[in-house]
Amino acid sequence: MIDLKVEVRLFATFREGREKKYFLDMPEGSKILDILDMLKINADEVSILLLNGRDGDAMRTINDSDVVAVFPPVGGG
Amino acid sequence: MLDRYSRNVSAITEEENRRLKSFKVCVIGCGGLGGYVIEMLGRIGIGTITAVDCDVFDDTNLNRQILSDTTNLGQSKALAALERMRRVNPEITINSVDRVFDSASGEEIIRGSDVVVDALDNPQAKRLAGVLCDKFNIPLVHGAIAGWYGQVATVFPGDGIMDIVCKDSFSSGIEKELGNPSFTPALMAAIQTAEVIKVLLNREDTLRNKILHVDLLTMDFDILELKK
Repeated sequence: MIDLKVEVRLFATFREGREKKYFLDMPEGSKILDILDMLKINADEVSILLLNGRDGDAMRTINDSDVVAVFPPVGGG
Repeated sequence: MLDRYSRNVSAITEEENRRLKSFKVCVIGCGGLGGYVIEMLGRIGIGTITAVDCDVFDDTNLNRQILSDTTNLGQSKALAALERMRRVNPEITINSVDRVFDSASGEEIIRGSDVVVDALDNPQAKRLAGVLCDKFNIPLVHGAIAGWYGQVATVFPGDGIMDIVCKDSFSSGIEKELGNPSFTPALMAAIQTAEVIKVLLNREDTLRNKILHVDLLTMDFDILELKK
């Protein structure tokens, strides 16, 4: 099994009890959801989810060198 | 040039300052973000500001909403914007709109604006602002706050960025748990105002196709590129 190197950036409250940034080795075929599960982040609590700057989906399969950014909803004014 | 604008120069030129008088900016929401945005747009000399809010002030607004004070509790936020700007800068026009911003009223409220400022307090209304600004070909400066955190993005018609930064699957955000302290709206409103001025004057780099995320706990200012 080939490991994929993925950069994961967390923002706002997702940093509580976690690091701001992770460099993870994920098995080939992993989805963004697998990363969220590994970091104990509930996908339902994710608002902005970027895969290499594009709007992502938790079911997307990741590739080597991908950058995933994860934000909770910020909606106040 | 009026003395009141002399300290705007040379951050902007005298000619640019004169041009600001011809612009119309619509600020939707006169709470935490919107109050400060209106204050700064009015002082720099935007000619016409439409201040939109259907709410009235209460005690919970006093920690952060610059338009609120102990004398106007129970009064219209949109009207407070008008009254304050009359005292601050009578050279400009304020349209006070004491109406809810929704799909029925939204078109009429934003039509004719050169820029719209998203100072709304819920994701669904923010998304509506994005849809209507697309429809009427108006740039939108999005802002949102929660606790120690804030985000700003500048969205031009057709960019589709509001679909990415403001998901309609949420009826509210983490501000419901984190609250909104005094300093976060002031900071994010200042950034939104700078973006408005640059969009209007076609100056330098904006946060177009980017999102600025500010974390005041860790003092991280991150700008992420967004691709549609």
